[in-house]
Amino acid sequence: MQRKLNQKAWFLVLPVFLLVAFSAVLPLMTVVNYSVQDTFGNNEFYWVGTEWFVEILNSERFHSALGRQLLFSGIILAIEIPLGILIALSMPKKGWGASICLVLMALPLLIPWNVVGTIWQIFAREDIGLLGHTLAAMGIDYNYTHSPTAAWITIIIMDVWHWTSLVVLLCYAGLCSIPDAFYQAAKIDGASRWAVFRYIQFPKMNRVLLIAVLLRFMDSFMIYTEPFVLTGGGPGNSTTFLSIDLVKMAIGQFDLGPAAAFSLVYFLIVLLLSWVFYTVMTARDGEAN
Amino acid sequence: MDFAWMGWTPFTAVFFATIAGLILSMIVWEKLSPGGAPRFGVLRFETTRGDRLFVSLLGSAFIHLAWLFFVGDALWYALGLSVLYALAVFRWV
Amino acid sequence: MLKRIRIIPTLYIIFLMLPIYWLLTMALKTNAEILGGFSLWPQNPTLANFKTILTDPSWYNGYINSTIYVALNTVISISVALPAAYAFSRYRFMGDKHLFFWLLSNRMAPPAVFVLPFFQLYSSIGLFDTHIAVALAHCLFNVPLAVWILEGFMSGVPKEIDETAQIDGYSFGAFFARIFTPLIASGIGVAAFFCFMFSWVELLIARTLTSVDAKPIAAVMTRTVSASGLDWGVLAAAGVLTIVPGAIVIWFVRNHIAKGFALGRV
Repeated sequence: MQRKLNQKAWFLVLPVFLLVAFSAVLPLMTVVNYSVQDTFGNNEFYWVGTEWFVEILNSERFHSALGRQLLFSGIILAIEIPLGILIALSMPKKGWGASICLVLMALPLLIPWNVVGTIWQIFAREDIGLLGHTLAAMGIDYNYTHSPTAAWITIIIMDVWHWTSLVVLLCYAGLCSIPDAFYQAAKIDGASRWAVFRYIQFPKMNRVLLIAVLLRFMDSFMIYTEPFVLTGGGPGNSTTFLSIDLVKMAIGQFDLGPAAAFSLVYFLIVLLLSWVFYTVMTARDGEAN
Repeated sequence: MDFAWMGWTPFTAVFFATIAGLILSMIVWEKLSPGGAPRFGVLRFETTRGDRLFVSLLGSAFIHLAWLFFVGDALWYALGLSVLYALAVFRWV
Repeated sequence: MLKRIRIIPTLYIIFLMLPIYWLLTMALKTNAEILGGFSLWPQNPTLANFKTILTDPSWYNGYINSTIYVALNTVISISVALPAAYAFSRYRFMGDKHLFFWLLSNRMAPPAVFVLPFFQLYSSIGLFDTHIAVALAHCLFNVPLAVWILEGFMSGVPKEIDETAQIDGYSFGAFFARIFTPLIASGIGVAAFFCFMFSWVELLIARTLTSVDAKPIAAVMTRTVSASGLDWGVLAAAGVLTIVPGAIVIWFVRNHIAKGFALGRV
């Protein structure tokens, strides 16, 4: 659709602009200010220059949190995307079955994030949880509060439980936009199941899959609440992801300077990634038109 | 309203003033000579002037971080490098 | 063929429902039963846990506080997002693309980055521990979300309608209120649902900006865990109650839910 050039449209956008500037720009400016100074409270600041940035960039703590974060996001994508496609492909297309599937599958997406943590805490604990108890009864040594491996597995299963439905819903929406005529044509041609997927379904899902991959990547990149409730970042630091580490530093220890430098580096990474996302997405929009 | 909590310093004030100045001058530039029409650059996607400014600023931020990580002090060189990078972006991207 | 294929969604739904079922059984058990032994379903179902929550002010105030700031946030987000989404879907103007991207980047930014400055900001303007502070802070990601979703719905409305209304002599305000808004009513409903949802599920910012008077239910729940660490039955009951609002409205948005989660881009 061709849009008219009209600079007065700025007045319509102004309320959003002011509101988001208030809640995004002012805080970001503050973070930049803090990142080059040291403080002992009472709004007294001392200039330290780039010291905090050097410290953060070279700190073992930041490197390992970033490493864990990337590993986590990678594993999440590798499981959720193929699983989501598989489930979307095998869902009923219409009728009451489709509605029930949609509603039940969307349910985890609407549960408050801390409650997701609580649910899995209750579900996975050895003494009271269904999962923990069953595993213990089978003789498997599983305790997510002591073993880092078990904690990782629990968090990954929790995230798969929580967010795979997002991938399913997006793929399902893409699949529903394929006209029946396509399938009938494929049937007449005697196309195999794989050929139907490869040449009809996958191309249609391409665009929504891109959105799914990037939403899942960005959201898992800032995951905080669920692991915070489930493991608190432990055992040790084994599940301390970037956001958990940052909040520990900023609110727990009140190290304003280093936390601000940490925030900026974190924010720049996110900004770069979302810019790539946006550019790829709008380029696709352009091709589609 | 009190702004002491924001902890302004002359340096960061100049920093933000520069960015605001850059955005303002982009608006003036667009008014004076409308154009900056989308074009395909070396990165194989469409950019306008505003996009090139954003790519320059974001790239500069990463250049500074990389300089701090690999070299350490003397950020003036990183600044010079960023300006060169920005010029290249405006020319070729 | 059909039989084999339907197994996958069924298994997946069982996997999704098991932990929720377990939460529900916990909520119906007494603490003695939870810790005393293991059973797949409550031996003596009791509503005592729910009664505790609904009669203890420190619990039910959490729900009231959450509802207040979530409602405030939804109203603010939708009312500022409507004109902006219209502008993005109908007009080109200087910097539109960059503004749109800037909004998106706020949806993608980790709340953890904003926690510290938000705390300082709202303390300095005397709004710490008020509902409006949390409502405004949640605008950071809900306003962009609302703009994106509404823009998606508005782009589906043909432009000719705007032009016809103009020719018929409608003023912009009258056109927007009487003709355009009814056309995108479902879009507004979906956007409001998602603002409600994302404000409802958020914990970090809401917890940081409140201490007593506006403490949300999510913070009440996490603090109870660290304080006593034992009252599983009540905790589970509180969890069940937080799922209820989502579970009630989900049926109405089922066909738009993918669009909402994908920022209006499906």
